[in-house]
Amino acid sequence: MKALFRPSLLALALVLALLPFALPNNYVVDIAVRIALAAIAAIGLNLLMGFAGQISIGHAAFVAIGAYVSGIVTARFGWPPLAAIGGAAVGAAVVAWLIAKPILRLKGHSLTMATLGLGVIVNIVLINEVDWTGGPDGMPVPPLEVAGFAFAKVRHWYALAAVLLWLSVLLSLNLYQSPAGRALRGLNGSEVAARVMGVDVARFKVRAFVASAVFAAASGSLTAHYLGFISPSIAAFTHSVELATMVVLGGMASTFGAVLGAALMTALPQLLGGLHGYEMVFFGLVLMLTMIFLPKGLVPSIALKLRRKG
Amino acid sequence: MQFVFSGLTTGAIYALAALGFSLIYNASGVINFAQGDFLMLGGMVTAALLAHQMPYGLAMVGGVAATVIVGLLLYRLAIRPAGEASVVSLIIITIGASIFIQGVVQIVLGKNQQTLPPFSGDRALQIMGAYVLPQSLWVLGTAAVLVVLCFGFFRFTMVGKAMLAVAANALAARGVGIPTARVLQLSFGLSALLGAVAGVVAAPVTTTVYDIGLMLGMKGFVAATLGGLGSGLGAVVGGLIVGLLEALVAGYISSAYKDAVPFVMIVVILLVMPHGLFGAKTSDRV
Repeated sequence: MKALFRPSLLALALVLALLPFALPNNYVVDIAVRIALAAIAAIGLNLLMGFAGQISIGHAAFVAIGAYVSGIVTARFGWPPLAAIGGAAVGAAVVAWLIAKPILRLKGHSLTMATLGLGVIVNIVLINEVDWTGGPDGMPVPPLEVAGFAFAKVRHWYALAAVLLWLSVLLSLNLYQSPAGRALRGLNGSEVAARVMGVDVARFKVRAFVASAVFAAASGSLTAHYLGFISPSIAAFTHSVELATMVVLGGMASTFGAVLGAALMTALPQLLGGLHGYEMVFFGLVLMLTMIFLPKGLVPSIALKLRRKG
Repeated sequence: MQFVFSGLTTGAIYALAALGFSLIYNASGVINFAQGDFLMLGGMVTAALLAHQMPYGLAMVGGVAATVIVGLLLYRLAIRPAGEASVVSLIIITIGASIFIQGVVQIVLGKNQQTLPPFSGDRALQIMGAYVLPQSLWVLGTAAVLVVLCFGFFRFTMVGKAMLAVAANALAARGVGIPTARVLQLSFGLSALLGAVAGVVAAPVTTTVYDIGLMLGMKGFVAATLGGLGSGLGAVVGGLIVGLLEALVAGYISSAYKDAVPFVMIVVILLVMPHGLFGAKTSDRV
């Protein structure tokens, strides 16, 4: 419970609560909702990349699984959206758990390639199973409705996304401090050393993988209901790289870094008036420049600077 | 037989991609995620020059040269400034480079699929009951020549040996007077050269498009892993096996899912034989 009253969390709650009053119009609120939803996925990916040090460039696969499970069970089987979101999270967790065992035996570049392969396969499945997914044209998704209350306005969505984002940050921060988080950071530093210290490396990696998949799936299903439409591009390589860029830019192993990364990567293109085909150039540049000049990412680098001054 | 030939042709392309991976890995221990994009660049630039009425031969030279320059720049502007960065950082940098290259090509050369005319006509030859395009023979022949050249380079030239030395221990290599930075730079240039040539030769068969490098790179990597990273012979055998399996799956099971083959393979390979067929057995430093 102590964690609830941490200054950073209180500050975040305050910012999230006051933000809607500062945002001039629905267009900006819409961007805020997108940021919050993306940040949930980024926080999840950070568990895997930042804490456990395992790079995934196929994480959009789990976002897509979340989105499509949600979309398919609500549109084709008439599930209530809330049950669908839960179902999508469970589905993604099961998929992640099944592939985690073999895939996480791999290290470094092999693991990264395997996650890339996962993303490619999910993309192929989404495009080819036209009867279920609508194929390349995508499919519509019914709007979110909980116990008769329809999330029809952007501001409803903002409230929901803000609460969920705050909860995600809380979970992630708690995990960071917990014995499990310490174990993960340990195996990031040196897997052998962690094993010597008695950390069950394989089990913790699997858990981090499953947890990050659940975050991604939750973000995916919510996004699907929010936008009301999904297409296979949600599982595209570009989207995976976008997620990884958020984590890297904000700062690996920093929860707030993931949030900041998501905010920048979502808001900047909008502020620049859309990227119009320049997305790939932009993501690629951000990735390379961050790694060369700020290998720790924004938030940790800034924190370090402040600490030195103070 | 038909499947075998088409499998061997794509396999030869993967083998060349795998060879590029091995080359950089041999010299620097880095897996270059932009390797597939070298293949794409070679094909795309050649196609663009050809569209500007340049003679075919000159266009090919231009395509290859442009790719080599990109390879050198990649090392100079992105890998070297990162200094003694961790493997994780280097992976991320090459991923960034890969998507950056794709982005630029998409803007400058467009999103459309391009193809190159075959080198020597498109009348299919009949070999052992199967129809084979002459271009397939070009692909196989080029692959064979490049593999032999690579083997000779590492075995018999001073530069090649220096490259191996840098890979084994960069500090010690510098100690005996090897200019490590130049050698690393060379390895990026050479693997870009390999990739570009493979891309140009393959383009008449596979066609080429700005994001084809992703698939080619992934399959090349699987091939390199299967054969054993860093092993030239392994890269070739690995490439041919991946190509064959893919052709068989496409022919007998489902062509939509043939791209899933390498992904399943990589997991199985790395579990059953982590060092590949011809890789050196090493243990990690702690």
